[in-house]
Amino acid sequence: MVNTIGRNIIRFFVLVLVQVLVIKNIELGRFINPFVYVLFMIVLPFETPKWMLLIIGFILGLTIDMFYDTMGMHAAACVFIAFVRPSVLNWFSPREGYEFGMQPTIQYLGVPWFLSYSAILIVLHHFVLFFIEVFRFSEFFSTLLRVIISSIFTLLLVVVSQYLFNKQKEEE
Amino acid sequence: MRNLFLFIWRNYFIFLFLLLETLCVYLIVQNNNFQRASFVNSSNSISASILEASANVKEYFYLKDANEKLAKENAELRGKLMVSYAVSLNDVHISHDTSFHQKYTFTSAKVVNNSTNRRNNYLTLNKGSKQGIKNNMAVITSLGVVGQVKDVTDNFCTVMSLLNSKTTISSKIKKDGSYGPLSWDEGDDFSMATLHDIPTHVRLIPGDTIVTSAYSLTFPENIMIGTVESYVQKSGQYFYTVKVKLSTDFKKLSHVYIVTNIMKGEQEELEKKSETDSKINQ
Repeated sequence: MVNTIGRNIIRFFVLVLVQVLVIKNIELGRFINPFVYVLFMIVLPFETPKWMLLIIGFILGLTIDMFYDTMGMHAAACVFIAFVRPSVLNWFSPREGYEFGMQPTIQYLGVPWFLSYSAILIVLHHFVLFFIEVFRFSEFFSTLLRVIISSIFTLLLVVVSQYLFNKQKEEE
Repeated sequence: MRNLFLFIWRNYFIFLFLLLETLCVYLIVQNNNFQRASFVNSSNSISASILEASANVKEYFYLKDANEKLAKENAELRGKLMVSYAVSLNDVHISHDTSFHQKYTFTSAKVVNNSTNRRNNYLTLNKGSKQGIKNNMAVITSLGVVGQVKDVTDNFCTVMSLLNSKTTISSKIKKDGSYGPLSWDEGDDFSMATLHDIPTHVRLIPGDTIVTSAYSLTFPENIMIGTVESYVQKSGQYFYTVKVKLSTDFKKLSHVYIVTNIMKGEQEELEKKSETDSKINQ
């Protein structure tokens, strides 16, 4: 248990730093802004209490906001996916339910499950984030395009990072 | 009352969600309405020091460019030295100092955080109120305009970049002085901006220079903005909409100048006085 908490805290800092120091500086044009830090919300253990999900999402979002100068936008998006996550997990649950000790990662539940689960959360997160940032509907379609393209890139990075992470785990 | 508490307790998840989202919306709205330093932004000391360290590393990649730019600027400034004018000045009346008074002063600053790919982009600079920086001061480079100071803390300030949906700069076409507002519209990438309301009798040629106009309290006149790329007359309008290629490379900003308008206070006071006077007369 302590191990899980420790690992998650380390993952929090690593993901925030990767997002802020590396990915923020990779500029691929106005339509591609991946936000890999969402991975933290995706792979939180199943047993995390619901209220804690919301609080964690809020803190994670505010931390990112500090670096992006966006005050509350990332926080709003993160709290939103924290709110949706339990229901999404319910839809995708295997027939016999999740076993104790399982984690929502590729290695436990396979590629198709993880892809569909994380894609939904990522698209929702980006959707909320970009529309709050633009804050008007006159640019609806160009913003939607940004959401879709950025989500694809985030998903790609999330899946790649899962494979990197898995490798480390096997060595342990 | 007890039932109410029970109800809230049973549905705590939804209520906590709503509470947090309200808090987020409050933060967003407050940040948009009041253009002043909120307690969490990148002027914040922790994140600013991390970003500054990262900018220090990044700066090394642009050293060559920065050197070239400085050398070019040095050459330009050297050209303006009195020494360069020595020969021709011999038979020209030499003006006394009293006939010139300084209107602008320049503070150099380093960019410690920058973005170009969002709809509303901001920069963070390493100068703040201790160095005399105030809200709404202009920020330029040797190549052209950058933006306007938005928030200031002791040692840092954030700058609303030209690449921001809220930025408007009063600008003019250098060759004939017709002016209009320049903004960063939807569909402009980091090297483009849009100039509105240029009357159709103006003969535009791609490559014409766009500079800041004299009507701005913030920007000095004749600061380079960019060149005309293309222009269209939208149906039903008597104005051209001009696409401007920006002269500043927002992806490579590392050193900028913050411009202080010494006479801004005086001018503002005067204009306010005439406005109130005319109201009284009515």
